[in-house]
Amino acid sequence: MSSFALDITKEHCPMTFVKVKLQLSKLQAGDTLEVLLSEGEPLENVPKSAVEQGFQVLELTRVKGPVHKLVIKK
Amino acid sequence: MAENKKLSIILMSGEFDKSIAAFTLASGAAAIGYETNVFFTFWGLNNVKKKKGRSFIGRGVLARFFNFLLGGSRKLPLSRLNFGGLSPILLTGLMKSRNVATRDELFNASVQLGVNLYACEMALTVLGLTKDDLIPEVKSILGVAKFLELSAGGQTLFL
Repeated sequence: MSSFALDITKEHCPMTFVKVKLQLSKLQAGDTLEVLLSEGEPLENVPKSAVEQGFQVLELTRVKGPVHKLVIKK
Repeated sequence: MAENKKLSIILMSGEFDKSIAAFTLASGAAAIGYETNVFFTFWGLNNVKKKKGRSFIGRGVLARFFNFLLGGSRKLPLSRLNFGGLSPILLTGLMKSRNVATRDELFNASVQLGVNLYACEMALTVLGLTKDDLIPEVKSILGVAKFLELSAGGQTLFL
């Protein structure tokens, strides 16, 4: 099991979703991906779309200001 | 709301800004798990020609001249204020400076995410082109009936 990290706080639609999806597609069962993302569309939709695609959201917490940490597990 | 998570885009336009719109939608949809199809017809085919600049390709003198004038993905004009091809360069620079994905980045992301690219059989015939004139990422050449079959049950957009 491996852990990966991705910062999409400086990205804009649709690359927020695109970068997460490309990273998720590389995960093996049991791997986790920690994503730093901003409030607004990324925070509203990235966790939702991960769950819809069969991934598990382990954690979603505010880090600082508008930045949140999302941990996704395959 | 469509029953299936499926988006099919018919890209008839050969304009730079509409290409950005098409691949923004395509890559975004594919990233959130949509089955995504892009069907290129007429000027939209300029997006997927192997020759990205101006080149005399195609069968027949008129078609070759026409394809030279149309060009490939490096020659897509802006729909307004193109200024002889300067504006797409300026717009790309602006997008980069704002950390927004460029047309090429969106196109590459679409391909990486498995967006299905199809070309219109009739338009290829008119322009004297074959599948060999298109990039290998174009999955197949289709007619209307097959496209309707592929897009059934999802959302379809015409650009």
